[in-house]
Amino acid sequence: METFKLMLKIIMTSVLVNNYVLSKFLGICPFLGVSKKLDQASGMGIAVIFVMLLATAATWPIQTYLLDPNGLGYLQTIVFILVIAALVQFVEIVLKKYIPSLHASLGVYLPLITTNCAVLGVTINNITDGYNFLESMVSSLGCGLGFLLAMVIFAGVRERMEEALPPKAFRGVPITLAAASIVSLAFYGFGGIVTSIFGE
Amino acid sequence: MSPVLLAIISVTAIGLICAVVLAVASHFMGVPVNEKEVAIRECLPGANCGACGFTGCDGYAKALAEKEGIKTNLCVPGADAVAKKIADVLGVESEDVIEQVAFVHCAGDCYNHKQKHIYEGISSCRAAQMLYGGKGMCSHGCLGLGDCASVCPQDAICIENGIAHVDTRKCVGCGLCAKACPNHIIELFPDVTRVVVTCSNREKGASVRKKCSAGCIGCGLCARNCPQGAVSVVNNLAVIDYEKCIGCGVCREKCPTHAIRFADFSGRHRF
Repeated sequence: METFKLMLKIIMTSVLVNNYVLSKFLGICPFLGVSKKLDQASGMGIAVIFVMLLATAATWPIQTYLLDPNGLGYLQTIVFILVIAALVQFVEIVLKKYIPSLHASLGVYLPLITTNCAVLGVTINNITDGYNFLESMVSSLGCGLGFLLAMVIFAGVRERMEEALPPKAFRGVPITLAAASIVSLAFYGFGGIVTSIFGE
Repeated sequence: MSPVLLAIISVTAIGLICAVVLAVASHFMGVPVNEKEVAIRECLPGANCGACGFTGCDGYAKALAEKEGIKTNLCVPGADAVAKKIADVLGVESEDVIEQVAFVHCAGDCYNHKQKHIYEGISSCRAAQMLYGGKGMCSHGCLGLGDCASVCPQDAICIENGIAHVDTRKCVGCGLCAKACPNHIIELFPDVTRVVVTCSNREKGASVRKKCSAGCIGCGLCARNCPQGAVSVVNNLAVIDYEKCIGCGVCREKCPTHAIRFADFSGRHRF
């Protein structure tokens, strides 16, 4: 029960309070680039969840069993980038060969998030937060879900924005950034929700 | 071992392992890209007009590379040169492309066609057509507001005396105008066509006469006089069967309202 509560707390925290896009401002380029249509946004979100889980499953053992015992913790960033990039490429090859239908739906997004900062951020934060393997995986799932949520919400906002007529100087990127900041501001309302529910 | 050396060795080792895994994976699990498809796609003009009936140039290249029996001469903008290149890639006999040109089935210009109201709305045929079928008395004819001209990628259509005219020298036969026309009076013709019917009105003769002096009244003189039996009157409108037509022009001479004319398809295609 205690573990379950902890897992739920980690997920809630990473989806709502520490949302990677809207609170930590990581992964902004897919957030702005692929959020024009709802189906693309959700496709991207699902691909990100997939890659975050894979990346954590690969990088956590590397950090714990290879880098830390040898005193190479400072190589974290470069090694993680290398491993994640290779891993995503590998997964893409495997998907193309064995599950073409999944490749057809996720394939476009996979190379885009090969070295996405949100993916790298999740893996590094899992280490700095001192999570064990299971907790790291749950945290990655939560962060991926948070990313998906942010993408879907923002895609909805943008689809509404397409129909609005802002002043000419604000059209395009400026109004998109302004809207993103308002959505981000809304997410700050979740601050403290986790401690109120679960206690300290 | 010095820390620097250790760092260099471990990162190199991880990099090498990743590289080997990827190389092995791509060797054993790689899906071969169809070389033919890439080569065919190179030949196509890349206009993505859809005249071939596939979803753009990529779709046509894919279909040609993967399926047997798809014609190599479907690319209308690319014409013979592209058909020949594709045939070379596939190793089959090349067929000539029969170039197509768009033709507007209407001669109801401002001299022939009577108006029923003055339209001052949005300058678009589709909008004008929704208001009592357009400003002209004939609701089958050209509305003259240029929806076809605005979609034409070649700038081949101009509005003259209130109806659209296609410059056959510029037309590449993509058919976008035919899709844009709300009255569906633009049709693609093979470039070798000799005679065309310049009316789309299917009402009875007396009714057509009241509205437009250039309309087909369905009298049937053309059908009776055609030496090949290629012309028939269907729903009060002359229809030419181009399989039989020899282009003699008798129907054109007999037509009392001049609704059958020689086609002016003397563009770049023939010479």
